Amino acid sequence: MDNLKKYLSTIIICLVLATFFVAVQWGISSGFISGYWVTNLYLVGINIILAASLNLINGFTGEFSLGHAGFMAVGAYSSAVITANLGLPFPLAVIVGMLAAALTGLLVGLPTLRLRGDYLAIATLGFGEIVRVVLMNIDYVGGASGLMGIPALVNWPIIFFSVVLSLLLIRNFICSSHGRACLSVRENDLAAQMMGVNITYYRVLAFVIGAALAGLAGVLYAHYYTILQPREFSFMLTFDVLVMVMVGGLGSLTGSVVGAVIITIASAFLQAIPELRMVIYAVLLILSAIFRPQGLLGEKEVTLNNLQKLGGVFNGTVGSKQAH
Amino acid sequence: MPDLLQQLLNGLSQGSIYALIAVGYTMIYGIIQLINFAHGDVIMVGAYVALGCALKGLGFIPSLAVAMLTCAILGVLIERVAYRRVRPVSRLAALTSAIGVSLFLEYIMMYFLGADLRTYPAGFFPERTYSLWGITINNKDLLVLGTTLVLVLILQYVIYRTRTGKAMRAVSFDGQASQLMGINVNSTVAITFFISSAMAAAAGLLYGIYFNSVQPLMGLMPGLKAFIAAVLGGIGSVPGAMLGGILLGMTEALVAGFGGSMYRDAVAFIILILVLLIRPTGLLGKGVQEKV
Repeated sequence: MDNLKKYLSTIIICLVLATFFVAVQWGISSGFISGYWVTNLYLVGINIILAASLNLINGFTGEFSLGHAGFMAVGAYSSAVITANLGLPFPLAVIVGMLAAALTGLLVGLPTLRLRGDYLAIATLGFGEIVRVVLMNIDYVGGASGLMGIPALVNWPIIFFSVVLSLLLIRNFICSSHGRACLSVRENDLAAQMMGVNITYYRVLAFVIGAALAGLAGVLYAHYYTILQPREFSFMLTFDVLVMVMVGGLGSLTGSVVGAVIITIASAFLQAIPELRMVIYAVLLILSAIFRPQGLLGEKEVTLNNLQKLGGVFNGTVGSKQAH
Repeated sequence: MPDLLQQLLNGLSQGSIYALIAVGYTMIYGIIQLINFAHGDVIMVGAYVALGCALKGLGFIPSLAVAMLTCAILGVLIERVAYRRVRPVSRLAALTSAIGVSLFLEYIMMYFLGADLRTYPAGFFPERTYSLWGITINNKDLLVLGTTLVLVLILQYVIYRTRTGKAMRAVSFDGQASQLMGINVNSTVAITFFISSAMAAAAGLLYGIYFNSVQPLMGLMPGLKAFIAAVLGGIGSVPGAMLGGILLGMTEALVAGFGGSMYRDAVAFIILILVLLIRPTGLLGKGVQEKV
């Protein structure tokens, strides 16, 4: 019975996703969804990948990375070189983009993650700035004026399946024994070490996976906007992603999705007042750190089970089944 | 040879600015184990306050005093509002709050004053240059070195010769034990923020004069580098922060002078990685074993 229920929820989720996919595909091809909202929809997708992968590092493993803009830039530029400068196919660009980001993640993470998390914050923040400066000075990728003429290869199916696969990857990683090791590092690194968990290995592992997915987001970004400028990848981008993760909840994957959707749409509305937008986000971040440090959803996930329970609360019949 | 000396002199001036900032980082980290991301932006606020004073016609010393006092109060306010409640909850929440404060200061300044680069009025600090054995000495260099030296000596006196300093050292050694000995930890932390933010304001004014520019994001890079200087010297150690700042400044100047200025910003981060790999406790830091 329980088995059936498990499959049932998987089937329901698949059906909902498939319906959503088809509906949006129809909406785009029939012109029902305007170009402006298509752009925002793609941006939501990219931001979900960014937020979920940052959550893997900050929320699930308890590190503090501020380098997502840098990893995204590495992924975006290296993939753009593959397609625009060398004229090679897109799948290869995806692989190269993710690998390049993962490799830089390894280079930054290996020395800093042996120590306490605070050093990672500074090292990754500096890394992000350096990536920008270096990109501005490499003429092969356009320098400060940017890299142009990247083929527009990203469409709705690619965005959709990238998001779904990324989320699935992170979810399965967290539910695996590796993921539990990461959670134990977050909860108490000293105790985890006592139990024989190689804490540096798991910190670096989560960090590298997070970096690779940020690279994937960069690949999608590059091949949707078809133009890359180093100044796009400033600290503000990392900060936006951090706000998404905090709003959604540290350690909640579905929370990251919710956070990414809310913040992307809010940013679209606040586009006219960029400085004030940052002030609002900063205040949001401070307030959430003070009053709800685990984020909006905390570690809770939005699952069918929880929704059912929520329905039960409203109907006055609270189910006996516990979440998890 | 004169070339080398010239670069070293430039490095010394810039390094002493880093040292002033790094001292603040190291004091705050020493006492509450928090990277105060907002520290770099306190520098920026200090530079702006001094700029305002200068535009009102105040001289260097009064402007410096006003900026230091304003930022000291700002520092205490930041600690009170954004850190005090968060600190005991979790380190990540405190770091998040610190980043929030940093961005808040940057963009509230940008909103009200614009992102334009500003400079101190021409008469505020008349430039002179002297030459000595083939190297050019600017009176900016002398100003930076002199101010830093005076402030550092005052700081040294406060930390090692006064009751307040003793309390600060005690809290950074062991917060709980010092509370049991009757030290008011909260007010000691507030005093630490007061002093370190005042130092940051002075650094901001010096930085603004030295590079002749004031803008809302000016604190970001020197803030990061000063933190690295503090790590290089051994985080939590005040003499270490000074040593780290000056070493970092000189290394940067040498790389900029003989290699390429493009790599100037990268130097600090390479140093950070090297320090973390080779000697995580820094040059003058003591290793602390984590206990259960």
